[in-house]
Amino acid sequence: MSSENICFSRRKFITTTALGTVATAASAVAMPAILRAQNASVKIGVLHPVSGALSYSGTQGRLGAMMAIEDINKAGGIKALGGAKIEAVTGDAQSTPAGGAAEVERMNSAGVSCIVGGYASAICLATTQAAARYGLPYVVDVGVADDIVKRGLKNTFRFGPGFGVIAHTALENLVKLNDAAGRPAKTVMIIHEDSLFGSGLAKLLNAQLPTKGFQVLETISHPTPTRDFNNVVLKIKANNPDLVIPANYYNEYVLLARTMRQQQVRPKGIYSVLGGAASSYKFVKEFPEAADGIMDCNHWFNPLNPKAQELKKRVEAQGQFYTYEVYMNYSCIGLVADALERAGTPDRATLTEAIASSTWSGHVMPYGPTKFVDGQNQGAAPCNTQVQDNDIKVILPPQFADGKAIFPMKA
Amino acid sequence: MKVFAPIVVVVILLAAIPVVVHSNVVLNFLVVALMVALAGQGWNILGGYGGQYSFGHAAFFGTGAYVTAVLQARYGINAWTAFMLGILGGAVVGAVIGTLSFRSGLRGSYFALVTLAFAEVLRIVASVAPITGAGVGTLVRLDLRLAALQFESRAAFYWVILTLVAVALIVTRIVERSRFGAWLIAIRENEDAAMALGVDTTAIKLGAMVMSAAITAAAGCFYTQYFLFVDSGIAYGTWISIEALLTPIIGGIGTLFGPLLGALAVRTLGELAQSITGDAPGLDLVVFGCVLVLVVWFLPRGLAGAVAGIAQRLRQTERVSTAREAGHG
Amino acid sequence: MPRGRAGARAPRSRLGLSRCRSSEIVLSPAILLSALLNGLLTGAVYALIALGLTLIYGVLHIINFAHGALLTAAMFAAYFAFKTFHLDPYVAVFLLTPAFFVLGYALQRFVIGPASHGDDRNMLLVTLGLAVIIENALLFEFRADTRTIELPYAFATINLGFTFLAVPRILGLVAAFVVAAVLWLMINLSDIGRAIRAVAKEKLGAQLVGVDVAHVYAVTFGLGTACIAVAACLLVPTYYVNPTAGNAFVLVAFTIVVLGGMGSIPGALIGGFVTGVVESLSGLFLGESLGQIGIFLTFIFVLLVRPRGLFGAGA
Repeated sequence: MSSENICFSRRKFITTTALGTVATAASAVAMPAILRAQNASVKIGVLHPVSGALSYSGTQGRLGAMMAIEDINKAGGIKALGGAKIEAVTGDAQSTPAGGAAEVERMNSAGVSCIVGGYASAICLATTQAAARYGLPYVVDVGVADDIVKRGLKNTFRFGPGFGVIAHTALENLVKLNDAAGRPAKTVMIIHEDSLFGSGLAKLLNAQLPTKGFQVLETISHPTPTRDFNNVVLKIKANNPDLVIPANYYNEYVLLARTMRQQQVRPKGIYSVLGGAASSYKFVKEFPEAADGIMDCNHWFNPLNPKAQELKKRVEAQGQFYTYEVYMNYSCIGLVADALERAGTPDRATLTEAIASSTWSGHVMPYGPTKFVDGQNQGAAPCNTQVQDNDIKVILPPQFADGKAIFPMKA
Repeated sequence: MKVFAPIVVVVILLAAIPVVVHSNVVLNFLVVALMVALAGQGWNILGGYGGQYSFGHAAFFGTGAYVTAVLQARYGINAWTAFMLGILGGAVVGAVIGTLSFRSGLRGSYFALVTLAFAEVLRIVASVAPITGAGVGTLVRLDLRLAALQFESRAAFYWVILTLVAVALIVTRIVERSRFGAWLIAIRENEDAAMALGVDTTAIKLGAMVMSAAITAAAGCFYTQYFLFVDSGIAYGTWISIEALLTPIIGGIGTLFGPLLGALAVRTLGELAQSITGDAPGLDLVVFGCVLVLVVWFLPRGLAGAVAGIAQRLRQTERVSTAREAGHG
Repeated sequence: MPRGRAGARAPRSRLGLSRCRSSEIVLSPAILLSALLNGLLTGAVYALIALGLTLIYGVLHIINFAHGALLTAAMFAAYFAFKTFHLDPYVAVFLLTPAFFVLGYALQRFVIGPASHGDDRNMLLVTLGLAVIIENALLFEFRADTRTIELPYAFATINLGFTFLAVPRILGLVAAFVVAAVLWLMINLSDIGRAIRAVAKEKLGAQLVGVDVAHVYAVTFGLGTACIAVAACLLVPTYYVNPTAGNAFVLVAFTIVVLGGMGSIPGALIGGFVTGVVESLSGLFLGESLGQIGIFLTFIFVLLVRPRGLFGAGA
């Protein structure tokens, strides 16, 4: 997709924004309270799928965003705006693109300056586009599909890494880990869920692994939900690969790991990519034995950053798990707040430019200062983690690592 | 022409909305509601007039959506052509499913379940077949031109979907007034009797199925143009099968305006529930479910039925009072 | 669109690759046999869920859309019985089964029955509404977290040499037979069973001879719901619980009900096993994603060829 097809010129942005203002003014008669409050605060849309199939991730994402907003407001709000508080306009995408797009419309008319969230790629594709109509800056929290930032939408920013970066990092680090251990793994099996991230990853691994000296014995795709993994595990057992690469969501990951344990399948390594449970404190806590030694290449916070550790403690004090949705959304809100400070106005066009030129480094992610090129944060990258002694350690990249890889796994 | 008068009035009234209302929240809401209404209108032809309850109208919605998306994204075919071919594709799927199930004499729950199974098969195939983009789905390029059937303004989209709904209303009215429609209703009332009277029930049901599929497919084609992205869960998911049957049943099954009324009611209810319950995930749908049960409990003939009932009662009281007056006189 | 073409090519080669590899493996009798056994064990749980559905279907002639949501509710009940009262699911089953019978009875007697005015399609809507209510009430109360319980014997296995059979799943198999036998005896030998059969066959006639149809309907619905409670207690040790967990089983259960003939208890039992095996084998040959197609294709084929199901009464 080339950028010449994009119809959103700057001029159009201004007209649409103007139209938006008219619409807001028109609805002001109906909602005077909301409009009056606008002077004292900046509205940010917090959009997640908090009901439906993705509701767990959505709720976690909302938690992170709301904690960030609370922190910023406690610290005196947006100073460039005279200490204006951030007011969250929460929305529920109901786990569907249509639900997400409807919430963008609602947030736009509520007069938000920016929207953060979306979570799933399919939702983000729809919501960023709906927001683009109003020149409304949109920060994607997770949504890994690379199409999200490849459509040339000027309003769309992704703070985290896209799919291509994650997959390539995963591949490079796998080779590194294997080489460092004296190449114990030669054969591989890939178990992946059949939607965007799983099948895209399998495609890439199948193309790239053979050139790196690995043999892919079999690739098994499965739908979400899958009720039973016994057949998959039977095949793993029969193939007896050195390495199993699972890429699926939490529930399926748990069932797979449980079944592997039941059938007493223990490969030299389990190396997942965006593994639903592999780098999840919940999984480690509930299934310490099944989780031990599992490696993952996934979104992760910077463990050497004290701010990230402090946030972890606070989230856990609330009885919640410190999942990637939490700290990614926490960071995205921080990104917007920083841009608001520099823009000095809640105006959407100015804010969009401020985000685009962001060099923020106050986040909790292992990304370095932000730098957006065509809406994608260039420093964003995943980490490699491993479950060790009932904890999750970062093993790569070295500058963020707080542990050393144990590969092959202990028998 | 008199038989089309109510349609003309309703469509003109609806068409005037964007002139008065500029809120894109409202327009987006109406666009989605009309899209669901269109899917329900398709269901209503087969289910409402023909008495054949399908649980798998997602098969047609999804085929329309995928054909429109894949032809544009993969083969660079013009959006308008793709849209028409999408409708055609839905009709073909309808013909195949209809032929298989009606030839085997499936009725009632059996027919309902076989349609559900067909929709599931299509969903699974779409989630693995390379041509649909498998699990990744298909993204249509953003291209806000009339030639690409994409519009910057919500109002334009609104008028497009309203036009489709209007066409479906006219088709429904023509069916209602035709001999074909009379046979269809005869099948609903008593299939064996209809057969005994020499009606080719299989052919009639098949015809209704194809028409029904084409209309629901049009809703799917529209979904693609509006959201520019489909995947197997969206296109062939059970949500649309349920919406397609819920709207006519709530609105008034086997009535001309039932699906439209039902879609507006169901969607409004959903929005209201969401705004009342605020931020609590799930609570809005609990309210929605409760109201659904209560509506069925107290308005068993749907909204159109309730309206007709009130009208009839009014007429009856009128008649009674005139009769009384006549008696006195 | 460069993405398009690359997307079209790669998965094909991937499928080709996996097919040639798996055909080698599938030939091994150990794998085939394991898959077969695995299918039977999975089928047992399917059968339990389908038993409840077929009973409701056979008597009330409705498609109970709330079946999946009730299963989820039962799984939550079993989960909390364990977490809060430390009740082992295999003990809790003896409490939850009667509790869910009462729940089912009450739902049909005081909600579904009166709300639907005896109209089939209204029943469908009411059960759909109930499903939405139950599922989202659970979501509201417990959030969407996936919950699992760790039992000491959850990973206990019996070693058959070529495969390991998980003990909890074998218990599921036993339970399926027990429940089917109890239901069959109840329907065929007890007084209420006679009434149920009468209502199923000829509602008006039964009413005329003084059978309380509303009561019979409610008892049937209660029995169906009780079956779900059994299935839930057996699922919880090896499966997970979240507000949508039950839905994964519902479409399969519908399939089994039709396959076995609506209202037929042995039919549901055998249909469950057949479905489990078909799913397992087609998963083995076609891959997990495409594998679920096997169930639906079998289902469509049976409907088209023998619409009354394998064990249903003749048309």
